[in-house]
Amino acid sequence: MTPTRIYPDDRSGPFPSPPTTIDDREGRTIEVRAADDLTAELEDVVVMYDEFDPSDRAQGIPPTGEKRIRDWLETIAEESVNVIARHDGTVIAHATLVPDVDEPAAIEERNEIEWELAIFVLQAYQRAGIGTQLLEHLLGHASDVGIERVWLTVERWNNPAIALYERVGFEATGSESFEQEMAIVLEGEDGDGSG
Amino acid sequence: MNVLVGLGGSDESIKTLRQTIDRTQTVGDDLTVAVLEKPEAKRSQDEMYEQADTLLTEADIDAELVRLEGDPGSALVDYAEQGEFDQLAIGGGTLSPMGKIQLGPITEFVLLNSPTTVKLVR
Repeated sequence: MTPTRIYPDDRSGPFPSPPTTIDDREGRTIEVRAADDLTAELEDVVVMYDEFDPSDRAQGIPPTGEKRIRDWLETIAEESVNVIARHDGTVIAHATLVPDVDEPAAIEERNEIEWELAIFVLQAYQRAGIGTQLLEHLLGHASDVGIERVWLTVERWNNPAIALYERVGFEATGSESFEQEMAIVLEGEDGDGSG
Repeated sequence: MNVLVGLGGSDESIKTLRQTIDRTQTVGDDLTVAVLEKPEAKRSQDEMYEQADTLLTEADIDAELVRLEGDPGSALVDYAEQGEFDQLAIGGGTLSPMGKIQLGPITEFVLLNSPTTVKLVR
C-alpha cells in the first residue's frame, strides 16, 4: 500500500518499550503498560475520559458524556494499539494508535498501514513529564508490534504539544490549516535505520 | 434567506447539499449551488455538477447551479461577495480514523475571508 501522507526521510528511535514505572515531577509513582486488550480495560478508561476537562478537548475528541465516550472507545478498541498510565490503579493517561484503513479486521501487515496517534493526560497529571514518557513508550510498543508510519494532527496554536511531538522525532507535514499534520517513521523491529 | 452552498466534490459535499436542500424546502430559502474546481476531489467538477443537478431535480427545487473555475476557496468567496447572499454553507470537516474533526485549507480560507455568515454542515 502506498502511504497517502508525507513522511520524514529519516527513521526515529529506538524508543523504550513498556511496561515501566516512573516517578513524575510531583513525586507520584506512575505505571505505564501496553493494553493488549483494551476491551478488557475499557471501563477504567471510560472513567478517565469522563473526568477529562472538556476545555482540553481537541477536534471533538474525546467526546463528552459516558455513553458517547464508551461508543467512541468501542469503535477504536479492537484494532488500535494502546498504552495506559495508572496512578494507584486508576487510569490517568491513555495513548493510542488507530489504523487508517476502511476494514481494520483485514489488516495483515502493520508496517504497511498508516496509524493515527492521539494522547490524553488527565488535567491533574499534566506538566509532570508523564505525557513525554507515555508518548515514547507508545512509540516503543508500536515499533515492537511492527508499526512504522505514524501521523497525527494537532491544533496549530498548541505549541507545547507541537514541541513535544518534535522532540521525539515528528516532523510537520501536509498543508497548513487549523490543524498541523505531523508524521514520524519508526525503526523496524530489527532496528534498521540506526545501523 | 438567500443561501449559497459551495461543493468541492467529496462525500461531505453530497451530505452538505442534501442537508441544505432539506433546509431550503423546510423554510423556503432561495438557493444557489456553486460547484468548485478541485482536481484532487473524489468527484470531478463535471461529475459533481451532474450529481448536484440530479439531487436538485429530485427535490424539485428551483435553484441556480453554477460552476466556479480557479482556486476553490477564493472563487467561492469572490462569488459570495458579488451576490446578495445571507449565508454561505460548506462542508463542516471530515473525520479522521480516530474520530477527530479535520478542517481543510479551503474551509479555513472561506471562514477567514467570507463577507457573509458561514455555516459548516456536519
